[in-house]
Amino acid sequence: MSGIPHDHYEPKTNGEKWLHRRLPIAALMYDTLMIPTPKNLNWMWIWGIVLVFCLVMQIITGIILVMHYTPHVDMAFASVEHIMRNVNGGWAIRYIHQNGASLFFIAVYLHIFRGLYYGSYKAPREITWIIGMLIYLLMMGTAFMGYVLPWGQMSFWGATVITGLFGAIPFVGDAIQTWLLGGPAVDNATLNRFLSLHYLLPFVILGLVIVHVWAFHTTGNNNPTGVEVRRTSRKEADADTLPFWPYFVIKDLFALAVILVAFFAIVGFMPNFLGHPDNYIEANPLATPAHIVPEWYFLPFYAILRAFDGEVWLVILVNFLTAGIVDAKFFGVIAMFGAIIVMALAPWLDTSSVRSGRYRPMFKWWFWIFVVNFFVLMWAGAMPAEGIYPYIALIGSAYWFAYFLVILPLLGVIEKPLAQPATIEEDFNAHYGKTGGSGGAAAPTPAE
Amino acid sequence: MLRKLVISTAAAATLALSSGVALAAGGERHVEDYDFAHEGPFGRFDQTQLQRGLQVYTQVCSACHGLRYVPLRTLSDEGGPGLSEDEVRAYIEQNYIEVYDADLQDWRPATPNDHFPGPSMQGAPDLSLMTKARAGFTGPYGLALNPLFKGMGGSEYVASLLTHYTGSEKEEFGSILYGNETYGGYFAMSPPLWDGAVEYGDGTEATVEQMALDVASFLTWTAEPKLMARKQMGFTAILMLGLLAVMLYLTNKRIWAPVKSRAKGYPAE
Repeated sequence: MSGIPHDHYEPKTNGEKWLHRRLPIAALMYDTLMIPTPKNLNWMWIWGIVLVFCLVMQIITGIILVMHYTPHVDMAFASVEHIMRNVNGGWAIRYIHQNGASLFFIAVYLHIFRGLYYGSYKAPREITWIIGMLIYLLMMGTAFMGYVLPWGQMSFWGATVITGLFGAIPFVGDAIQTWLLGGPAVDNATLNRFLSLHYLLPFVILGLVIVHVWAFHTTGNNNPTGVEVRRTSRKEADADTLPFWPYFVIKDLFALAVILVAFFAIVGFMPNFLGHPDNYIEANPLATPAHIVPEWYFLPFYAILRAFDGEVWLVILVNFLTAGIVDAKFFGVIAMFGAIIVMALAPWLDTSSVRSGRYRPMFKWWFWIFVVNFFVLMWAGAMPAEGIYPYIALIGSAYWFAYFLVILPLLGVIEKPLAQPATIEEDFNAHYGKTGGSGGAAAPTPAE
Repeated sequence: MLRKLVISTAAAATLALSSGVALAAGGERHVEDYDFAHEGPFGRFDQTQLQRGLQVYTQVCSACHGLRYVPLRTLSDEGGPGLSEDEVRAYIEQNYIEVYDADLQDWRPATPNDHFPGPSMQGAPDLSLMTKARAGFTGPYGLALNPLFKGMGGSEYVASLLTHYTGSEKEEFGSILYGNETYGGYFAMSPPLWDGAVEYGDGTEATVEQMALDVASFLTWTAEPKLMARKQMGFTAILMLGLLAVMLYLTNKRIWAPVKSRAKGYPAE
């Protein structure tokens, strides 16, 4: 794999040879684990392992939870309390699962931002990026449906609001909404199908993760310089890379252990900090909560959804041009899904030939504004849609789209990139060498 | 029992018409930041306080409210009020706790395996999870810093609610509503506590604030009965994972040392 010259698996014993002729599974594992990896990867390259760990953790805790959970509107809430009170260690499993979703999203956002900064989405890694975006979409769907299962107030009203988005689609919206819910409103049928899908989708994600890994094992990892590994000779490839095992496995596991310390501090001491108190009130279709707020990881997109209300001139214009087919509500839905679609199209919207943001002086600024803007949107999404907040959300949403549709295409044309190191080895030696730290400049290599 | 009857009759009269109606809350909410024994990473429940809180709940709150998710037997669980199994049975008997048995199609005396009864008055919420269903501390400006440093504040909310009646009343749709600073407006529950409303067995003076703190602590336990086990797990996990992290750090350093040494131009070890 990866076209980088490296050792391949050679069956040695007769047993290995016997197996290899029939099923080369040992070779697959060897090549996956020993893949040549750029040796200059920094600490932002640990999130992949964290994400795999999250997926496995969520699947294992989820399978245990579902053994004790009852998917019925009259019993779901009580069955969660049964897990919290009567099931041995149930409280721990449930809090780990609940907060595990947050860890999953923290990791995926950092993973995505890493990709955006270092240009990991650019050729030849577009498919890795697209698969990643699909995984991210499925994660959002899975998390949303999982949040409905405890059948608290926010579960119910969140489900009502979000499925209502599909009702905004012109002509067929109502039919789609009814089809999704299994009835005219969020009810038992909804709860049952959400449990079914919440159980199914993680395994679809698992399949896509394998494709995601396969894709970047074919192209090779990106790295902080964005410079490709030399493939012309074995010697050069060895100077640029190290095998994944043990160098990066141990490094990633160390990072994972540190992250889990923080995670268990949350689970142990403040497990409900990231949740909403209203979800400890059983769902009541007759009492709407004062503010319906989604989980924190949806807030930026919730802000984009709400930003385009009927007073924005663009919305009014589109409404007029489409003779009312695209009204404010539908416009918001398009904007929300559009925000993810433009991100998925980044490989084709970014015109710069330089991958890494490290060597792009103008891009850096716009990127960090994008990151700050993400948090501003998250905050705006949590605030009530009144006063100044819709304007902040609107500006933030405009920047989100401008970043992908205007800034990335333009920067590639007007920006003058800095000099990149010729090789990964040069970058690594500059960082760790005697003269060290200055980055970019080639360090003398007396060993040669 | 007579007192309980009086309370419930009075409350039922005031609530008769307004039950279940969501009442608009306006104005500023005030939640007093009380200190509880169970706060913070090292916080543990004060067992005698939980027992006092159980007494307040039984003699005052349970007239209208319920604890439908709490099994009676858990009163003798570790990390709770710590009643013995005999005391739990005596508690059930003394308070005439009955449950509706679907098989018998009739009421029968509860066993320790049954749950506390649910609310006995329409409109009075169940209190099992009340301290987790209310956020005492929010903000500032939606940044969630207050709950980060002070805790979610559910216990404080309950204690504050019981002690911060303004004393003003108003009539709305034929029922009397009571002003409350913590609620931030008027709501239907009349001030349930007065000095000496219960008589504590351990000699603690039953002031309104004392009873409010005790019952808030008890309701924190009903909402989070495994709180102490959870914090214990937190420490164990942090310790073990911290140790693992240190070992992995040293392993990582050792593995990379020759690579970094080569980068400096020295021969690998």
